[in-house]
Amino acid sequence: MIWRQTLRALLSHWRRHPVQFFSVLTGLWLATSLLTGVEALNSQARDSYARASQMIGGEPQASLSTPNGALFPQRWFIELRRQGWPVSPVLQGRLTLKGQEDQRIQVMGIEPVSLPSDSAVAGQAMPIERIVEFFSPPGSTWISLDTMQMLGLREGDTPRTVNGQTLPPLLAQKDMAPGLLLVDIGVAQRLLEQPEQLSRLLLPKDFHQELPASFNDRLQLKSSGEENNLERLTESFHLNLDALGFLSFLVGLFIVHAAIGLALEQRRGLLRTLRACGVSARMLIACLVVELGVLALIGGLFGVISGYWLASVLLPDVAASLRGLYGAEVAGQLRLSPWWWFSGIGLSLLGALLAGANSLLRAARLPLLAVADPQAWHQQYSRWLRRQGWLATALLTIALAALIWGDSLSSGFVLMAGLLLGAALALPVLLSALLNPLLGRSRSVLGQWFLADCRQQLPALSLALMALLLALAANIGAGSMTAGFRQTFNDWLEQRLSAELYINPANPAQAREMHSWLRQQPNVTAVLPNWQVSVTLQGWPADVYGIIDHSYYRQHWPLLDSSGSDPWGKLATDDAVMLSEQLARRLKVKPGEHLNVPTPNGTWSPRIVGIYADYGNPKGHVLISSEHLLRGWPQLTPNRFNLRIDPAQIPALLNALQARFALDDNRIVDQARLKGWSVQVFERTFAATAALNSLTLAVAGVALFISLLTQSQSRLSQLAPLWALGVTRKQLMLLNLGQTWLLAVLTLLLALPLGIALAWCLDAVINVQAFGWRLPLRVFPLQLLQLMGLALLATLLASAWPLYSLYRTQPADLLRTFAHED
Amino acid sequence: MRTKWLVLMIALLLGGCDQSAPEEKGFAGMGDQAQSFTPVVPGRVFSFPADHGAHDGFRIEWWYVTANLKDQQGNDFGVQWTLFRSALKPVAEQAGWGNQTIWLGHAAVTSRSVHHAAERYARGGVGQAGVRLAPFEAWIDDWMFASQAQDPLRDMQLSARDKNFAYQLRLTSSRPLVLQGDNGFSQKSEEGQASYYYSQPFFQASGTLQIDGQTYTVSGPAWLDREWSSQPLTANQTGWDWFSLHLDSGEHVMLYRMRQKTGAPYLTGTWIAADGQIQTLRSEQISLVPQDTAKVADRPMPVKWSIRIPDKKLDISVDAINRNAWMDLRIPYWEGPVKINGSHPGQGYLEMTGY
Repeated sequence: MIWRQTLRALLSHWRRHPVQFFSVLTGLWLATSLLTGVEALNSQARDSYARASQMIGGEPQASLSTPNGALFPQRWFIELRRQGWPVSPVLQGRLTLKGQEDQRIQVMGIEPVSLPSDSAVAGQAMPIERIVEFFSPPGSTWISLDTMQMLGLREGDTPRTVNGQTLPPLLAQKDMAPGLLLVDIGVAQRLLEQPEQLSRLLLPKDFHQELPASFNDRLQLKSSGEENNLERLTESFHLNLDALGFLSFLVGLFIVHAAIGLALEQRRGLLRTLRACGVSARMLIACLVVELGVLALIGGLFGVISGYWLASVLLPDVAASLRGLYGAEVAGQLRLSPWWWFSGIGLSLLGALLAGANSLLRAARLPLLAVADPQAWHQQYSRWLRRQGWLATALLTIALAALIWGDSLSSGFVLMAGLLLGAALALPVLLSALLNPLLGRSRSVLGQWFLADCRQQLPALSLALMALLLALAANIGAGSMTAGFRQTFNDWLEQRLSAELYINPANPAQAREMHSWLRQQPNVTAVLPNWQVSVTLQGWPADVYGIIDHSYYRQHWPLLDSSGSDPWGKLATDDAVMLSEQLARRLKVKPGEHLNVPTPNGTWSPRIVGIYADYGNPKGHVLISSEHLLRGWPQLTPNRFNLRIDPAQIPALLNALQARFALDDNRIVDQARLKGWSVQVFERTFAATAALNSLTLAVAGVALFISLLTQSQSRLSQLAPLWALGVTRKQLMLLNLGQTWLLAVLTLLLALPLGIALAWCLDAVINVQAFGWRLPLRVFPLQLLQLMGLALLATLLASAWPLYSLYRTQPADLLRTFAHED
Repeated sequence: MRTKWLVLMIALLLGGCDQSAPEEKGFAGMGDQAQSFTPVVPGRVFSFPADHGAHDGFRIEWWYVTANLKDQQGNDFGVQWTLFRSALKPVAEQAGWGNQTIWLGHAAVTSRSVHHAAERYARGGVGQAGVRLAPFEAWIDDWMFASQAQDPLRDMQLSARDKNFAYQLRLTSSRPLVLQGDNGFSQKSEEGQASYYYSQPFFQASGTLQIDGQTYTVSGPAWLDREWSSQPLTANQTGWDWFSLHLDSGEHVMLYRMRQKTGAPYLTGTWIAADGQIQTLRSEQISLVPQDTAKVADRPMPVKWSIRIPDKKLDISVDAINRNAWMDLRIPYWEGPVKINGSHPGQGYLEMTGY
């Protein structure tokens, strides 16, 4: 009985203050939706990776492939089988469907009969009936439902490739990896026009044996762990998304904290009355907890629903950047487990509890007979400020420690979190410190009131201002990092992609023939062949490229760091390598040191003579002279020719090339196309980041708006005396706007250095840890001005409604405040 | 003789693709209607060496070798090697992945205490498995049965290996082949189901055998069965018990009993005299009675039999050397070496399916 009455009395507050009610809900909603949205994206991507790596046999498979990843003759499969190796052939490639010319879809051809027995395929057990159905004409093309819908196809359809090949009828399978067509090996060889060619041989997991000697330099074993690189390579990408999600969560919780704190302040009288009526403190707290829990449930529910929506809106961009960056396919349709929904609501409950803990604690300690005393409360606030100051100092110290001693992505995030939170907590302390001396200097009465009242507003507004600070700093930081990266990346592309034409021969025989043919072409000013081998360096996948000694590299291959003079000369003549910045960081090596490269003839330890940028490449990149490469892998032929040629001569050369070698279009790439792709990948990568970023700013705007709104209701009693003293309502409104702007501008000014510090953290710490490259810090004043303008506009909009309602306040309302005073 | 029918399971699926009427179709689907595969008819004239190779147009076919071996200490061993060819469509063999044949290998070794079995699957057309003439070779992966001489069956190499066992045997014989049934036309039921069937029961084998890391030098008699058909069983037949016996007297006996869902089993056999002369045994000339059962793979298996052929004064009991000779493969069955006691002592192989 008392329960119900108490709860009712408490809840009546929200009925009288719907704005506060919606503030709490909005805070919870925003906090939950952004974080769950990001989580949905990440779990979707991870589910897709797992599905891809578990396509065959329900787990990543060990496999044999050529050192440079080139196709090899099917004969090798037979030879190995006839030597007792239980291998099963796979051919993988990409094709373009007629009518879907803008995308290249992955095709995987498997041979189900020779798969290790009991291997499930795409989660399906393979009894002999299903195997026979799979490969007997017409056979079937297994596809995930999601991909089928994305392509606008239906089960049983037999789409055609642009080359006029017909696919077997589509069959949707629940556990198929997204973006993949699974067909019989024979079908794949026909569709990809690679007769009797294979890309890998799968091995049963329990099979361990030395490769027959004749295959030693032809094939190399990749253990099942290495196959699963996708998860490792994309880890930092997902971590970045996580970080953005948590930032938004935090900002959302600020709103909740502000609104709940305010509600408690306003209900002090009610709480006292209830206590005086005999309601125990324990019951009061229990009621408040229940109230908070219900709010959290409702907010969480909305949050999870809009998080789902948000994720589905951002998914195409995220999927596109993952495809572009890592070649990873992510299903385009969200599939979330019930666990995701529950955890989203749990997150909201946890967040509400966290945000409300302080208020609950204060309610529990509420002295029964204390009188509401704004001055006393102010004193309490300055105590509170001091404590907050100490906390900020502690957090900033942690950030500093992480900067000095940290050496991982997590420590990078500790640095950022410490910096951001420390700065946010320090904000009210700083603002208060700024206002105090100003107050002393002000001569006019109204001026003194203006500043004193400003300070008085600080406690209520500080959380919203902190949210604004965080969002602004995050925007400045991420914006300057993105823009800086774009500029660095474009400069680098411009330099690195200076050959006019890039040609990939179809097979080794063609490569040899093409090499000598190209050298005889009078129009080609330089032929730069590349030989390539995939290796694993201390657990990191890397591609080793063999190049010839040519002035082209000296002119167009900028080095970040090198040892001694003429590193290119040393690369050509000595036992020397150059490697990409991210690989050097991962392996923790510097120029002058030695790198251990595994070759079929044992380990080779050349000296590192140079380090160069290789932005956007998740794999390691190593340059050595072609002579060294061919000493280790003598059977290799060039996998690419970079050509210098007068652009005007390109069409003629292409015609001659086509006439001579009948290359398919995607084997010839010109510079413009390559640059276009690279830039596109880059833009898509940051599309999702930019979207999330503007959302955080929006959340901060909402936080400010709600704080001002809730605050304006309690401000009447402070403004009424001024009105009584003769200040007009219009003046009052302008004064109020001035106060808000003063605080906002001060916050913005503080956000600038914080944002730049954050940008530096992102460029020099997070990027290095996450991707392996360090970016030069670049500040874009125009961008900062734009952002400032936007923030001021947001402040204006946020204060518009409260000011408007103040302006519209009837004199009678202002008078009434005097009557209410107790 | 024997097992092979299992293969049919594969045949089954082909027919099984039309999921209608899941009616029992005999063991491993061998009772399936033969669709447009080549029918087996009496009067076919065999031609060698061509008939050692694969027969396009027939649904199933096998090359099947068993050997009863002894090491220098006189311990008994059995070895089985089988290659099945199962055509999914009644078309000629075609090179490449479009080939519609599945090859299946079974290999096993048996000692008194151990039985290991293994299987291999392969698609035809790409070289992973197949049969070639001149020189003759039947293979799947690294298992093979290959001729060392011009005359395909005079001097053969037989090998197979798996995780727990391996064997390399040399099989020689100068005796002529034996055409089973009516000049190679071997009837399987009263309704006329039949196969083409010839044997070489006179092989002498020698070589090495590895079981669980132990190597044995072994020798003894071996038996080759070659059989092909398009529909060897009726839907009413559920399995069979098949015997190939080397008698110490130099004579050989092949006999089988086709069990039926209704009615008496179809029982027939061949008496092969020491000089290779054959005589078909009719049902009424043979008495075949299970004497003892053992629980193998959770089912009762008749592992000891009494066989009487009064016309030949034969009265023997046939007893499994290792009662647990269960072939625990995708198509499971029992197959192992047997010891013969009674009027005509000797040894042989027994296969029992459909239990």
